[in-house]
Amino acid sequence: MGRPNDLVQGTLGLLILKTLSLEPKHGWAIAKRIQQISNDVLQVQQGSLYPALQRLEQQGWIKSKWAETETGRQARFYSLTAAGRAQLEKEREMWSRLSAAIDLVVES
Amino acid sequence: MRWVNRVWKSMATLFRRGSETARLDEEMRFHLEQEEAERIRQGATPEQARREARREFGNPALLRDKARQGWSWGWVETIVRDVRFGLRGLKRSPGFSVTAIVVMSLCIGATTALFTVVHAVLMKPLPFRDPDKLVMVYEHFRANTSGSPYDSVAPGDFYDWRAKTHGFEDMGAFYPWNFNVSGEQGELPEVVDAVAGSWNLFHVLGVEPALGRTFTEAEDRAGQAPVAMLTWAFFQRRFGGDASILGKQIRLDAKPYTIVGVLPSWFSYPYANVQLWVPFSNGRTSEWLGRHGDHWASVVARIRPDVSPRTAIDEIGALQYRIHMNDLAQPIAEDVLPRSMIDDVVDGVKTPLLLMMAAVGCMLLIGCLNLSNLLVARGATRQKEVAIRGALGAGRLALVREQMTETILLCAAGGALGLLLAYAGTRWLATHWRGLPRTEMIHLDGTVILFSAGVVCLTALMAGLLPALSATNKDVLTALQDTARSVSGGISRAWLRKILLTTEVALTVVLLVSAGLLLKSFVRLRTTDLGSASENVLTMSYSLPESQYGKPEQRVAFTESLLERVRRLPGVQSAGLGSMAPGAGWGGDQVFIIPERPNYEPGRQPDAAYRVADPNYFDALKIPLIAGRVFNVHDRLDQSQKVIISQELAKRYFPGENPLQRHIVMGTDLTNAKRTYEIVGIVGDTLWQVGKTVKATTYFPALSGGKELHYTLVVRTSGDPLRFAIPVQKEIAGLDPQLPVKDILTIPQIVGESTVNQSLSASLVLAFATLSLILAGVGLYGVLSYLVTQRVTEIGIRIALGAQRGQVLRMVLRDGLRPVAIGLTIGIVAGVGVGFLIRSMLYGTQPLEPTVFAAMIGMLMVVALTASAAPAWRASSVNPIEALRTE
Repeated sequence: MGRPNDLVQGTLGLLILKTLSLEPKHGWAIAKRIQQISNDVLQVQQGSLYPALQRLEQQGWIKSKWAETETGRQARFYSLTAAGRAQLEKEREMWSRLSAAIDLVVES
Repeated sequence: MRWVNRVWKSMATLFRRGSETARLDEEMRFHLEQEEAERIRQGATPEQARREARREFGNPALLRDKARQGWSWGWVETIVRDVRFGLRGLKRSPGFSVTAIVVMSLCIGATTALFTVVHAVLMKPLPFRDPDKLVMVYEHFRANTSGSPYDSVAPGDFYDWRAKTHGFEDMGAFYPWNFNVSGEQGELPEVVDAVAGSWNLFHVLGVEPALGRTFTEAEDRAGQAPVAMLTWAFFQRRFGGDASILGKQIRLDAKPYTIVGVLPSWFSYPYANVQLWVPFSNGRTSEWLGRHGDHWASVVARIRPDVSPRTAIDEIGALQYRIHMNDLAQPIAEDVLPRSMIDDVVDGVKTPLLLMMAAVGCMLLIGCLNLSNLLVARGATRQKEVAIRGALGAGRLALVREQMTETILLCAAGGALGLLLAYAGTRWLATHWRGLPRTEMIHLDGTVILFSAGVVCLTALMAGLLPALSATNKDVLTALQDTARSVSGGISRAWLRKILLTTEVALTVVLLVSAGLLLKSFVRLRTTDLGSASENVLTMSYSLPESQYGKPEQRVAFTESLLERVRRLPGVQSAGLGSMAPGAGWGGDQVFIIPERPNYEPGRQPDAAYRVADPNYFDALKIPLIAGRVFNVHDRLDQSQKVIISQELAKRYFPGENPLQRHIVMGTDLTNAKRTYEIVGIVGDTLWQVGKTVKATTYFPALSGGKELHYTLVVRTSGDPLRFAIPVQKEIAGLDPQLPVKDILTIPQIVGESTVNQSLSASLVLAFATLSLILAGVGLYGVLSYLVTQRVTEIGIRIALGAQRGQVLRMVLRDGLRPVAIGLTIGIVAGVGVGFLIRSMLYGTQPLEPTVFAAMIGMLMVVALTASAAPAWRASSVNPIEALRTE
């Protein structure tokens, strides 16, 4: 279908980690944030967001707790763990290497 | 820390799936709400917003499933699903499921029960310190070539070994005894089994007393004040576990013994029924303790860790040979023979136990094959279903896994039931197996549960894998075609089933043959003629304590009045006295010399069982007098030096001669006039033990002034002899209220007592064989019915084309009986082998007993024919029109 939000395989984790590195957020906010920052280019499907969150939590890179939103509703807030922060660094490095390499190939 | 967290998280998603799912739902609901709110903010109507949000969101159920896959517990869900599937499948055919579970529970239960006993009795190490270093040392006469090569040890030899060899840390000795225990406060007198053990025996074994102490070296010398130790059971039973009994006295054979200690409750060596221990030298003289020619004791030795067992034993062997050479006139063994302690303890039960274990193993295998057979049949009826599912994309692995789950469920249910059965079976075996050693070790423990779990897995694999593979290996097309229009389908599967059936039959034949051989020898044993009257005879024994009846006159007085009182009882036809009743066991042997032939090869001196008898003993037992006379009233205190011999003795040592009025000299000294006896009579042979060969026997006059203290009263009665038990006991109590009586038995009871274990093993193996036979019959029936159903169309065509009903009948029968015939042949060959293997358990029965083989083959054929008859009849009565229409 060629929708612009077809994310490169494996990058969703990196995006989530990065989004969470500033402050804890709930699922919907994560998706919105990614969408905003990328100028609506990256649209995170709920179908991939929640499994990804589950996976990251199982890996121990993020943790979650229930808290109140500004509107007073209970929501599940995700935040980065120390291990997650390290993982973010690793993945970011890998990503820049990879994108630089792709640039080299595509722009040559 | 991280992995702890991860494990915690995993566990949470596994065990709190419910609440985790709820949280996930809640989270997604929140997401939807936010999405809706956003859209409303952007100006959409609430209705529109909700619809769009939902559309954007996608299928919530699918999302949930996807998210849950992230939990990585997919395989658990697969298993749960398989189990649910399996259960549903089994519920659909309850008859099959119940049969299979019952069969498997019987098989697994019996196997587990036997394993529990085998494990406890044969495999667990003995409960002593460093049991590997313990070894039994026996003597061995080179002339002893029959039966057990292990000869008891003479006390003199034991003391020499202990003092003069260096390969052992220490060695102890013991021999069995029994005591009359009389109560201080008027408790009933009783006879208890005891053991006389050397003072250091408990140190050798590494056993600490539960209370008090063991014997000291000083107490284990001739002529010391008598002391005793109690076993835990006796301490509890007779003294109510009152520890103040230590240091007090107990009257054994009317003599006071000081109690010095109590043994721990687990200690049941050397036999479970031992109640008391006394020092080895108790009541013996130093002369007796130095004897090399009297063989009584068993010796336990602890090998030094730095010495090899071989070296240590060789040293004793060399010493024993020197002792032998020192005094060639005495019966002193030339060699010694070691035996591991565990083998010694389980002597006599090892072969039957292993045989029964093998028998249940066979039964288990047959059960598996049968289940396998049933499953193949089930697989055939579900062939279409399996094919369609395969066509819809189910992997072969998934299909096999599903079928295996069913089998595993069956076997697990059978195993769980079987474990309960095993619990009951083990207790039954432990209580009904007379003289089974180490019963206190028998309980269902971790090893046993692990074993039965292993058996469950193994049976599931054996029973399930073959059918599962064969049911799924057809490619879809053939399977669908096969079921749609087949006239003689399923040939390959029938072939598989026939092989299973052949194996089943072969195993059954082996079991049947073993059971038949055991049963036959048991019947032989039960109907043994002891050589005496078997009806209307009552026997009972008593031992006169030496302290009260030390003088011969005292014993004569007691016995005279007892016999007189008993004979006066109405209904008593005859009453006599002897040292033992026929069949009641071994009462000791004595060597003798025939003066006319004083020379004999070393170790080949004539010997005979030693018995005493009064003038009425032979009459009361109806032991026939062959020649000469029995004792008369004059052969008593007058030291008349008369002896009566058995026919066997006459035959063996006086072949072709008339032994009457000849003399024999007891012992090894030809010139000993005091022990020279004149033969006055020859009586018929009696067996000393059921199942053993006749021994040459000498009878000396009871009350001749010898030291005999143990007597057996034999009473011939009119009518049921057991009715006289109480009146006779009352007469004994009237003469001496402190004198206990034991072994109140009729002759059939004596025979029964000594054959109770043969009865047990024969009936157990027979039960296993019968079950196997039934299983094999059911299996055969199943296979044939299946074949007939498969071939209905074919048979219909045959009949339509003019085949006679008889021909069809024969065809099906032939089909069914071919695997039986092959299995039978294999089984007979294997049965012969097994017969030879269990030869040591057979009595009066050859491993190739034709009657047994014929009977068992006949039985199997009857079952096979019965099982084939119904399907064959059904086949021959097929209506061709219907058969061809049914498709």
